[in-house]
Amino acid sequence: MPTEILPYIVQPRQDTGLYNAKVGIWLFLASEVMLFGALFSAYILLRVGSVEGYWPHGWLNIPVGTANTVVLITSSITTVMAWASCKMGQFGRFKFFHACTILLALTFVGIKSYEYHDKFTHYSIKLADGQIADGHLVEKSKDFNLSDPDLAKRTGEIVIHGHQVNLAGKSGDELQKELKTIYDVRSPEGRHVQHSELKYKASQIASMETYGPWHNTYTAIYFTLTGLHALHVIAGAIVIGFLWSFGAKMWDTDRERFTNRIEISGLFWHFVDLVWIFLFPVLYLL
Amino acid sequence: MATTEQHPPDHFSHHVRRYLFVFYALLFGTLITVGASYIPFGHRAVNIGVALFIACGKGFLVAGYFMHLVSERKMVYGILVFTAFFFVGLMFLTIWSLGDFPRLTITH
Repeated sequence: MPTEILPYIVQPRQDTGLYNAKVGIWLFLASEVMLFGALFSAYILLRVGSVEGYWPHGWLNIPVGTANTVVLITSSITTVMAWASCKMGQFGRFKFFHACTILLALTFVGIKSYEYHDKFTHYSIKLADGQIADGHLVEKSKDFNLSDPDLAKRTGEIVIHGHQVNLAGKSGDELQKELKTIYDVRSPEGRHVQHSELKYKASQIASMETYGPWHNTYTAIYFTLTGLHALHVIAGAIVIGFLWSFGAKMWDTDRERFTNRIEISGLFWHFVDLVWIFLFPVLYLL
Repeated sequence: MATTEQHPPDHFSHHVRRYLFVFYALLFGTLITVGASYIPFGHRAVNIGVALFIACGKGFLVAGYFMHLVSERKMVYGILVFTAFFFVGLMFLTIWSLGDFPRLTITH
């Protein structure tokens, strides 16, 4: 039985004007727009539906987020330059530019991991007297245990670097002012909070949790959006990494098809950059 | 940009210059976005509008020049028209539903 090759893998079809893979990637990207669109829709609903004073501002590090934005934008230019190098027949330049793309992708994921680590070491501690302690973990004793429902039987202690607020019995402007020390870190109230090392015995603590996805609706949508985006970065880096290494052998056998592959992977990578262009202001700045 | 032939370096040099210009514009746009977020425009909605406006400009540069949408085939535009229709519809439904919260659950 003769082997048939799928037509239009290199040359554009007469009816569409495109080679097949390009139609495929654009259809895929269309579905991706709707996927992220649905999550942006969820973000809008959660934000607008939140109770006044409880939607966070400034919880994410702006210089770090800006640096990651620059990293991703730079990876976009190296991606398009890698494709342009293929078009110009300059394989060495292609290898250089896509090596940069892979390194920048790893840098982005590394910075994102650092940001996630920051959230998983940031604690909100509800004390037995109703006050809230908020800050980053400094130290936890080995016998620290909150599992016993009887507060008196809980053992160990925890040290955080942060501050303590008392929301009990407060309402109106007084409550909003106090809330800003936790939820609006960019406000004057939030900026001027004095942080210090605070030590608590387990018997003082009613409950505690980190700033993980379970903490509130903001962290839930933040981790969902950025986690899904980071998965796209990792997937794109794997594909580009393959084309840069083992897949690059095709350059010697079928240059046009290889160049098309670089274009297709590049379109995906630019889409990932495009999503981040909207995620950055929405999650970090607004 | 849908053709697949190889081109001599000279033919592509003006494309490369354009890519670099877009790159610098994107970096500048990022700085403007961050800077604008520190300006109190009086109402947070204005800050949101400004940030999204700049993001749309940056998005146009990436989609238009890095993804070559300014010079693509009709087929791609056809796919994107459908995508845009459903995306705008989704956002319209989202905003429309904001008026349908149970009373007194939104305090601002």
